[in-house]
Amino acid sequence: MISLEQLSKVYQSKGKTVIGVDDVSLDIKKGEIFGVVGYSGAGKSTLLRCMNILERPTEGKVMVDGIDLMTLNSRDLRKARQSIGMIFQGFHLAMAKTVLENVAFALKASGVNRQERKRRAQELLELVGLSDKADQYPAQLSGGQKQRVSIARALANDPKVLLCDEATSALDPNTTQSILNLLKRINRELGLTIVLITHEMEVVKEICDRCAVMEDGKIVEQGSTYEIFAAPENELTKRFIQTVIDFRIPEKILSERKGTIVHMTFKGDSANESIVSDLLQGYNVRANILHGKIDYIQDQALGTFVMELTGEQKVVHRAIQDLKEKLGEVEVLQDDRSADQSLARAE
Amino acid sequence: MIDQLINLWPELNKSFIETLIMVGIGLVVALIAGLPLGLLLFVTDRDLFLENRTVKSIVGVVVNLIRSVPFIILLVFLFPFTNFLIGTTTGPVAASVALSVAAIPFYARIVESSARDIDKGVIEAAIACGASPWLIIKDIIFPEIKPGLISGLTITAISLIGYSAMAGAIGGGGIGDLAIRYGYYRYDNFVMFTTVILLIVLVQIVQYTGDYIAKTVKKN
Ligand SMILES: Nc1ncnc2c1ncn2[C@@H]1O[C@H](COP(=O)(O)OP(=O)(O)O)[C@@H](O)[C@H]1O
Ligand SMILES: [Mg+2]
Repeated sequence: MISLEQLSKVYQSKGKTVIGVDDVSLDIKKGEIFGVVGYSGAGKSTLLRCMNILERPTEGKVMVDGIDLMTLNSRDLRKARQSIGMIFQGFHLAMAKTVLENVAFALKASGVNRQERKRRAQELLELVGLSDKADQYPAQLSGGQKQRVSIARALANDPKVLLCDEATSALDPNTTQSILNLLKRINRELGLTIVLITHEMEVVKEICDRCAVMEDGKIVEQGSTYEIFAAPENELTKRFIQTVIDFRIPEKILSERKGTIVHMTFKGDSANESIVSDLLQGYNVRANILHGKIDYIQDQALGTFVMELTGEQKVVHRAIQDLKEKLGEVEVLQDDRSADQSLARAE
Repeated sequence: MIDQLINLWPELNKSFIETLIMVGIGLVVALIAGLPLGLLLFVTDRDLFLENRTVKSIVGVVVNLIRSVPFIILLVFLFPFTNFLIGTTTGPVAASVALSVAAIPFYARIVESSARDIDKGVIEAAIACGASPWLIIKDIIFPEIKPGLISGLTITAISLIGYSAMAGAIGGGGIGDLAIRYGYYRYDNFVMFTTVILLIVLVQIVQYTGDYIAKTVKKN
């Protein structure tokens, strides 16, 4: 649906060159929710704004629904923008317009006549659950309600794509959840392709089918959200995932444990867990669970466990080897220290 | 005292009307020419949707040029132009030529600066909707700055009342002319005070009305 080819955006300001987006290529499929996550200043907004040429890329190609946006004249570009909705962190509603007028404005932009505008705007407000607020002004609404209005405005011209720039970052957790649910719903019901950028991995986990991690204008990792969570490769990705799935064990606990401490990730159903218990029993290795959690990402289970394995050193090593082969993701967080202990005692 | 007032009345009435004519014409021209000029200054600014360096700097320089000339000098400087346009350089209509020329850039800058207070994001959202520049100006910028446009007109009107006194001093008529002819040349303090009070009342009324209208059009 959206394809970016070797996209770059360089800013020249006061003689200095700032790279906003650095050689990014990306393919976003029809009907998916694609997330871009990164710290502030990573270039996420710039990348998103290139997708409707709010920011004109310095280099590269932007294709949306088969149209090369960079080649369009301003008239055709306006036309193309009508089928690309956009919402923002700060909502950006016209304060002097009522809720209904704000939504109707988008329809006016595409040349819909007055009666039809009103009818359609009311329909859209219904969709976002705000029909009773039609005649109020944005200043009278809560943040979540304002974002709903801006979603209604963005959907006015039946867009194929919805771009979301930190759409939930200004909202409290409950409101964030309800906006995410709304986005998920319109994605399913209208088959809308959604691109959202955020600095919150939680948001990605919540609704994105696929995601990309961005740093210094570059995409450092991308893939299905589930795979990214199950097997992150980049250090930055790992850090982001830790904000959601935190399996760190307090130092104090770690120092008290003498066995080998391993971190395991189970993908999919719980069948894997029985593999582990069977295997450990077979090896005669004892396991203490220090941390255990199952997250559901895209309706698939992802288990994270930290265990202390005790038993004969060699056997434990073999068991870990075996686990690695079967599970893929096994990381030794702390080696067995019972030997240190006995040495210390011997002295 | 009452006698004095009755004697002065016809003259006072005439001067008052002349002032209203001068200020009124100046205001109308400010609105007709200054508003679009101010919007032009705004939309051609850097990073805006009709960004245009050349237009922005030419208009900007002309506006600054006119604004940096003291009004009394502008008035005299424009005499030939006024003469060409109206056929005379005396009377309130002739004086309103210079007043208009001064009011246009004055109001344009006010319009520009109220437009700058608009959240850029709102304009950006409109661009993202695929709205044309004209629709953005008419349907987003204009309603957002309406209260500012009215307060701006109030400020312009009050400045014009002040300028009109200067114009009056060199043949424009109006309250200022009256004050100078009687108060200054004939040391008639009664006329002086009366005109001052009249001007104060006029300014207060303009200010109050302007504030009131600005408040009524302010939505949200
Ligand atoms: N209009 C601009 N002029 C100059 N530099 C800019 C501009 N917009 C963004 N940048 C720079 O580009 C980089 C990426 O910014 P941005 O895309 O806003 O990051 P993010 O949305 O990930 O926080 C930053 O270093 C920022 O300073
Ligand atoms: Mg940003």
